[in-house]
Amino acid sequence: MDLYEYQAKELFATHGVTTQVGKVVSTPADTQKAAAEFNCAVVVKAQVKTGGRGKAGGVKLANNPSEALEKATNILGLDIKGHIVKKVLITPAEDIKEEYYVSFLLDRTNRTFLSMASVAGGMDIEEVAAKTPEKLAMIKIDPLTGVDSTKALEISVAAGIPQEVQKDVAVLIEKMWKLFVATDATLVEVNPLVRTNDDRIVALDGKVTLDENANFRHAENENFVDTANVDPLETAAKAKDLNYVKLEGSVGIIGNGAGLVMSTLDVVAYAGEKFGGVKPANFLDIGGGASAQIMADGLGIILSDPSVKSVFVNVFGGITACDAVANGIVQAIEILKSGSNYVQRPIVVRLDGNNAQEGLRILREAKPDNVEIVDTMDDAAARAAHLAAGVK
Amino acid sequence: MAILLNENSKVIVQGMTGSEGKKHTERMIKSGTKIVGGVTPGKGGQSLEVAGQNVPVFNSVQEAIAATGANVSVVFVPPKFAKGAVIEAVDSAMPLVVVITEGIPVHDTAHFFTYAQKSGKTRIIGPNCPGIISPGLSNAGIIPADITTKGSIGLVSKSGTLTYQMMYELRDLGFTTAIGIGGDPIIGTTHIDALREFENDPDTKAIVMIGEIGGDAEEKAAEFIKANIKKPVVAYVAGFTAPEGKTMGHAGAIVSGSSGTAEAKKVALEKAGVKVGKTPSETALLLRAAIK
Repeated sequence: MDLYEYQAKELFATHGVTTQVGKVVSTPADTQKAAAEFNCAVVVKAQVKTGGRGKAGGVKLANNPSEALEKATNILGLDIKGHIVKKVLITPAEDIKEEYYVSFLLDRTNRTFLSMASVAGGMDIEEVAAKTPEKLAMIKIDPLTGVDSTKALEISVAAGIPQEVQKDVAVLIEKMWKLFVATDATLVEVNPLVRTNDDRIVALDGKVTLDENANFRHAENENFVDTANVDPLETAAKAKDLNYVKLEGSVGIIGNGAGLVMSTLDVVAYAGEKFGGVKPANFLDIGGGASAQIMADGLGIILSDPSVKSVFVNVFGGITACDAVANGIVQAIEILKSGSNYVQRPIVVRLDGNNAQEGLRILREAKPDNVEIVDTMDDAAARAAHLAAGVK
Repeated sequence: MAILLNENSKVIVQGMTGSEGKKHTERMIKSGTKIVGGVTPGKGGQSLEVAGQNVPVFNSVQEAIAATGANVSVVFVPPKFAKGAVIEAVDSAMPLVVVITEGIPVHDTAHFFTYAQKSGKTRIIGPNCPGIISPGLSNAGIIPADITTKGSIGLVSKSGTLTYQMMYELRDLGFTTAIGIGGDPIIGTTHIDALREFENDPDTKAIVMIGEIGGDAEEKAAEFIKANIKKPVVAYVAGFTAPEGKTMGHAGAIVSGSSGTAEAKKVALEKAGVKVGKTPSETALLLRAAIK
């Protein structure tokens, strides 16, 4: 789960990482008010979960409240790489002497944690890594021993931080690590970490990604869930404990197992090339136990998506028996038909594996009028894509 | 021969008395696995009747090893307690620990993986994986044993259901061993570890490798194959249509910026001379062509 800058900075503040919490507002008028309260030059910053805000015109300096109003008017509603700006963060402007970069992250390649730090902060760190790799220190962190004051100083020195502030930066680095561990983060990044004219070290920006698998020990994470910016279908699916991701196409997908469902999306998109670029409408993994209720919940979500023209149910019965899946499909259609806003769309089913023959027999006997059985995954994907292309 | 798991493997189940643990212990016994015990703290001394067999329950992994000579542990312990369970197995010098549990915080996995590596005594498979099966010999995890039989193909996969699908596609050829290495960002056994074992196994004639979006394990495997693997390898990668920044079911299945894409993995594998199928069935056909 990615956090907004203002949420990251709230975490910084509670964990002693020096920052400016500022004020989050969603209208130009409130921006003006906040700027007046600060009574100094302020920075108006778009709150979006993507990089490159500055280049997109999402970060502006305002010297007085009326300028702040004007800047906020321009920034609110801006589209930054597909993210619409709904909130801005107002912080007092700092007099910056130098800009650094510090992060802690999960290093998948080495199966450990990593600290990256550089004296060349303030710009895209991937650019620093590509153009001046000697300016970017990369230091492996042992998950068992973590980062103490000695290790933090080692990072600070390796980054090339000037000697006068090396220790102050190290203090902040150690606190960032504590935050990283305490919140079960997979990324804590500060860019830029600034040295002000009066030699204070302040986190001017913040990026934090939290591990949702650790939510069971972080009840407070619920406050970070961004319901306003989540697709309503994804919210509805989450309420029913379904693993669903909304996509752009027109073939609704239900399958079991993350890998098989990902593969199903690809096979549908591949088959869809022959039908003018038909694509999958969603990712939906119903997991191991495909009961009638889970199937009904899944089909219900998919059929409530108006862009869905056909549905492909692709199940390989491993632990799940296909007869249970078939019964689930038959009952699910019954349940949905009795609902008020049911719109029938063709459903292509492919069952293989555990008890597949029995499952197919159940479907053939019950004969739900809109269900077609196709023997293989590739052919079924082609059929579903064909149907989606044909239904206008 | 098979890799990592064979007819001599003595398997215990951590979390056997839970509902998932019990269900799968039964399936493992029925598929011929030597299940020698279970571990549930506080329930030591009891026994559990599973599939017509009385399986003793121990308080600790240490006790279970002392009493049974167990050399494999399958972990079904819930996410909250999984780290403790794996650390305990490592402390007992358990040679192979198969972590089925899904939803373990990655900080916990980083911790127990590093701990196991430092011990130098324990190999971890998973977490968030279906386990490992050497058909006809032993089955440590939840892979269905009736899809196929003993044969000459080796399979290593990040995904459970794609493992089953591929075993089904090639069911007439059979498998030496199939390993589901898991879909989490940090896993104990990688594609490379499995490839190395398969290369050294005289009964494995060819290898299927299944990857998915996220991380760079497939790219690393491609380099490894080019330098070290002489047996035919074919591959499949899932997630070409996955959007950037969205987790696709598995915690590790996420494209971050421009890294971790299916396309990059396919290109890397093809550069290493590995044929990559567009669909699972096409991949099975490539494997058949490769061993002709």
